[in-house]
Amino acid sequence: MNLDSLLPNLGEWLRGTGPEADVVVSTRLRLARNLAGFPFTGRATAAQKSEVETKVREAVGRAELAHPAKYLSVAGLPALDKQFLVERQLISRELASVLDGPRGVAFDDRETVSIMVNEEDHLRLQVMRSGLALEDAWAEIDSVDDALEARIGYAFHDQFGYLTACPTNVGTGMRASVLLHLPALGITKQIEKVFKALQKINLVVRGLYGEGSRASGDLYQISNQVTLGRSEHRLLTEIREVIGMILQYERQARQVLMRERRQVEADRVARALGTLSSATMITAEETMELLSAVRLGVHLNMLDDLPARTVNELFIHTQAAHLQKLMGAPLDGEERNAARAKYLRGKLKDLGG
Amino acid sequence: MKCQRCDNPATVHVVQTVGGKKREVRLCDGCAKAADLLPAAGTELNLPALVGLLMGLPTAGAGLACPDCGLTFAEFRAEGRLGCATEYDAFRPALEPILERVHRATRHGGKRPRRVRRAELRAALTAAVAAERYEEAAKLRDGLRADALSDGGGGADEPG
Repeated sequence: MNLDSLLPNLGEWLRGTGPEADVVVSTRLRLARNLAGFPFTGRATAAQKSEVETKVREAVGRAELAHPAKYLSVAGLPALDKQFLVERQLISRELASVLDGPRGVAFDDRETVSIMVNEEDHLRLQVMRSGLALEDAWAEIDSVDDALEARIGYAFHDQFGYLTACPTNVGTGMRASVLLHLPALGITKQIEKVFKALQKINLVVRGLYGEGSRASGDLYQISNQVTLGRSEHRLLTEIREVIGMILQYERQARQVLMRERRQVEADRVARALGTLSSATMITAEETMELLSAVRLGVHLNMLDDLPARTVNELFIHTQAAHLQKLMGAPLDGEERNAARAKYLRGKLKDLGG
Repeated sequence: MKCQRCDNPATVHVVQTVGGKKREVRLCDGCAKAADLLPAAGTELNLPALVGLLMGLPTAGAGLACPDCGLTFAEFRAEGRLGCATEYDAFRPALEPILERVHRATRHGGKRPRRVRRAELRAALTAAVAAERYEEAAKLRDGLRADALSDGGGGADEPG
């Protein structure tokens, strides 16, 4: 598989048109599964990992999936390609660079379903959706799970459910993550308060690229922590209720901004777009910050002719590996900042603020 | 005198006095071995294990090792990752408090693999037939048939 062929497209989850798309960027569901009869990945020999890989590859190839998935070995990939897959959210940072030995990922051409092999667990199934679509994502991942289970014997325990390498994932093995864009809560300095409340009810907040990543561009991932003792539907309902509350807070904060300082915000958005479309050098961090302002501007109808999809695309395409693939060459820090600015200028030139 | 962990007679009795406070441990042979107090050779006491026991450190799981992959409970504590599925049974008494703390639950309440659901239906069917509860048996058979159909006939009964 030539990964460059993925470059012009974006996963459907970034199209920016799903439910509640003004605040919710995307929904991701993950199921952790292990094969019966093999030690977990961390304690498996290279030969055992290879056997797991072969079994899963065969199962994925033969399973009746609504959208066929192709398998890609990650072990032999160049670092740039691994980073590229991480930026597209198809694999975790752990699978890319922390783990070793036979491992890989199968995904469909919509980049909606991905199946990581020999991550911390033998299988990490993932489904992505644009906007807030937990039930939809569950229906799809449930059917992918069934299709694979028909061909692979899962490690399942009467009392503990689906067994996982880390007891924090055992039971359903399900992690639901909703990626939220919360610029107005940031501007009005209410974000800390919201997150303190979240921690009390056992939800976790992370940055765009998962565990340990910093929240930048006002993008936050909210996930459930509990996986054992409740049904998948109940876990999804619980997280949905909380997301509903955060949505309400963010929208209220946006209304306050529009009512009390519309001029100031419009100026901030226009300047952000101005910088993005005229800078000759720009860091990833500044890009994220400015894109966040532009994304808010789009949803407050301050900018005409700039589709939400383009903004989402720029969030991903200005990440290091995507940029280097777009430019067709490895770039060091300063070159990268210049290339990023050039790319942004080109993209935003025709659109005008 | 009975072992503090089970009902067998206690054969190992250790008393230590720290700062005027007396700590006592009474265990049977089996439990003392499980706590790593007695080496297999049977001559010397394992001092670190003994100290851990007396200091009231979490002893559940101490000295446990997985019969399948060999991972010890101490290794699990250090790494935070289990080695294989067997440990959910082998470490159960030590794992349950951890699960209770993380999930506030120790029992799965969600999806079950079709293979498991079918096995349960089949067992119930056999029991119903044996007890001559034919109405119930017919319902169970319909359930099994419907389940097989929704699978598209593909491989659900294949061995793992």
